[in-house]
Amino acid sequence: MLLSVKNLHASIHGKEILKGVNLEVDQGEIHAIMGPNGTGKSTLASVIAGREVFEITSGEILYKGKDLQKLSVEERAREGIFMGFQYPVEIPGVSITNFMRTALNEIRKYSGLDALSGGEFLKLMEEKKKLVEITSNLTNRSVNEGFSGGEKKKNEIFQMAILEPMLAILDETDSGLDIDALRIVANGVNKLRRPDNAFVVITHYQRLLDYIVPDFVHVLFEGRIVKSGGKELAFELEEKGYDWIKKEQEA
Amino acid sequence: MESETNKILGEVTGTDYKYGFVSDIETEFAPRGLTEDTVRYISLKKNEPEFLLEFRLKAFRHWLTMTQPQWAHLSIAPIDFQDIIFYAAPKRKTELKSLEAVDPELLATFNKLGISLEEQKKLSGVAVDAVIDSVSVKTTFSETLSKYGIIFCSFSDAVQKHPELVKQYMGSVVPYTDNYFAALNSAVFSDGSFCYIPKGVRCPVELSTYFRINAANTGQFERTLIVAEEGAYVSYMEGCTAPQRDENQLHAAIVEIVALKDAEVKYSTVQNWYPGDKNGIGGIYNFVTKRGICKGSNSKISWTQVETGSAITWKYPSCILLGDHSVGEFYSVAVTNNHQQADTGTKMLHLGKNTRSTIISKGISAGKSNNSYRGLVRISKNAVNSRNYSQCDSLLLGSGCGAHTFPYIEAGNKSSIVEHEATTSKISEDQLFYCQQRGIDMESAIGLIVNGYAREVLKQLPMEFAVEAQKLLSISLEGSVG
Repeated sequence: MLLSVKNLHASIHGKEILKGVNLEVDQGEIHAIMGPNGTGKSTLASVIAGREVFEITSGEILYKGKDLQKLSVEERAREGIFMGFQYPVEIPGVSITNFMRTALNEIRKYSGLDALSGGEFLKLMEEKKKLVEITSNLTNRSVNEGFSGGEKKKNEIFQMAILEPMLAILDETDSGLDIDALRIVANGVNKLRRPDNAFVVITHYQRLLDYIVPDFVHVLFEGRIVKSGGKELAFELEEKGYDWIKKEQEA
Repeated sequence: MESETNKILGEVTGTDYKYGFVSDIETEFAPRGLTEDTVRYISLKKNEPEFLLEFRLKAFRHWLTMTQPQWAHLSIAPIDFQDIIFYAAPKRKTELKSLEAVDPELLATFNKLGISLEEQKKLSGVAVDAVIDSVSVKTTFSETLSKYGIIFCSFSDAVQKHPELVKQYMGSVVPYTDNYFAALNSAVFSDGSFCYIPKGVRCPVELSTYFRINAANTGQFERTLIVAEEGAYVSYMEGCTAPQRDENQLHAAIVEIVALKDAEVKYSTVQNWYPGDKNGIGGIYNFVTKRGICKGSNSKISWTQVETGSAITWKYPSCILLGDHSVGEFYSVAVTNNHQQADTGTKMLHLGKNTRSTIISKGISAGKSNNSYRGLVRISKNAVNSRNYSQCDSLLLGSGCGAHTFPYIEAGNKSSIVEHEATTSKISEDQLFYCQQRGIDMESAIGLIVNGYAREVLKQLPMEFAVEAQKLLSISLEGSVG
């Protein structure tokens, strides 16, 4: 099992957000996590990535059999966990080239590989740009600075393509995207899919799942996964709306 | 969340100076303290012509009538001028003809700093005038330069070989009456660099001087004079780093630049003197007067500085824009950490018509430090159609530090335009998390973000210097080298 979340409870500033999440993700799988706003979807992503502001009060997260709580944020990243941010932050003056080369070489160093030279890295960037259909001169600009919402999200997928993670968690990468950008983001995921890696796609809408076909769909509601199923669950949700889940829970 | 970030930043930024080592070179000292005899001793030791001794004595007598300025946003412990050695020279028995003749200990010091003269000489095409404890030890490339008629030598050599040039220009931009520290320097300056670019010559290499304070309790008083004749161009680099000391060391330098008609001088500094330890003990007092005059029309002087060191920095590289259409620029990154204090900025004095100036200042404060920008833009009545653009940004790391901006603007006519922008920002927890999630550790992330913030200034530096400056920025704020 690549990722194994067991009875995970997590809180922020004393307020419990995750109330016993269970999730198993294996290599080669795409999981979609859906649910109404404010039910803990982004929290789950942040906790797996290791954001310190969240406190794990009980339960555990195993990744490749390792206890994730023992690893720092950057160690998790170097172990192959990638998070696509819902709101990618701007880093003025730092070029994407410099940023990504630093990141990739840190990860390579961790895995005992030699650093890529400037030339090798630029070649890799060109390759990945094509893969994720970025035609603009995104790569010479500062990280996310002055990017439109769509450009920021495409940039996240581009970064994912360069780092080639084992486990990618995309936190509402589809939100705020027009249909073209959505397609590019989805195509990126489909092209990067391999038998040995896995994706957890967090989304509020079913729309993204027209382009990315998940193996499993989970509904997160009030801090717990209350329903899991195949891709048809997404269609059911789309049809019946989240009220259906609410009513079921209340019943 | 705030306090967590601050805690982490505190751990990361609260590190000691990396270049604290002392090299053991035999040194010849002047008697401790400062009297007229000290001034005469220095002049005698250096075998100076009469006019220079006169200059020193006048400066000394004037200095006695002055008091240390108090207006800067700095807290300075009293300086006991009688407890300072005003002259120290590495002993050398014979004239040095090649690098092999240089004290191996000295070469080792340079190597520790990553400044291999040998390497510089062979590979980089950079002429280096290395100053250790006040006396120039070795000047490279001077022969190549002399083909162009360029003079690049120690100030002492210039006094011996080109006294007429020294006499003509020394004190013409910074008179000894200028300020307390300028008067002091004029009285006791030990050595420094001299650079003269003749008419129409474009200096083919970057000229570079590495200053280094070495002997304990030795005040260092550098004096640099750069003259660019009509249509000449030179890019000059000054960089320094000093060994760790427990007692405060005084440094009061003067740099004078003269740019004649159509001449351009680009002056770049990377300053990394010992800033004191984590608790604010020790460190260099750096009181520098740097000023250039754009004397002829269409001349240009550009100051770029990266200031990471010193316990106290008091420094305002300035431009007097006398010639019509002359241009002055000031690009600065000043980093303060732990208990460092910096009060730095520039003066742009517009006297000629259609003169232009640009000021880009980036302050970075961490720890318990204080970082102030102080700048004066004065547009005189006759400087019609002049322009100034100033941008002063402050970046705060943690909540124990301070950033201050003191802009002074005096516009003397209505056809000129003065613009001033200022921002203050913090490294956010979001930015750090974003970097860490990509596999970059906290320290490297801070280095990356800070270098990005300072990019506008760093890109003004010559290539060789930019790399060193980037490293320095990271080192000053991080726990590990590279």
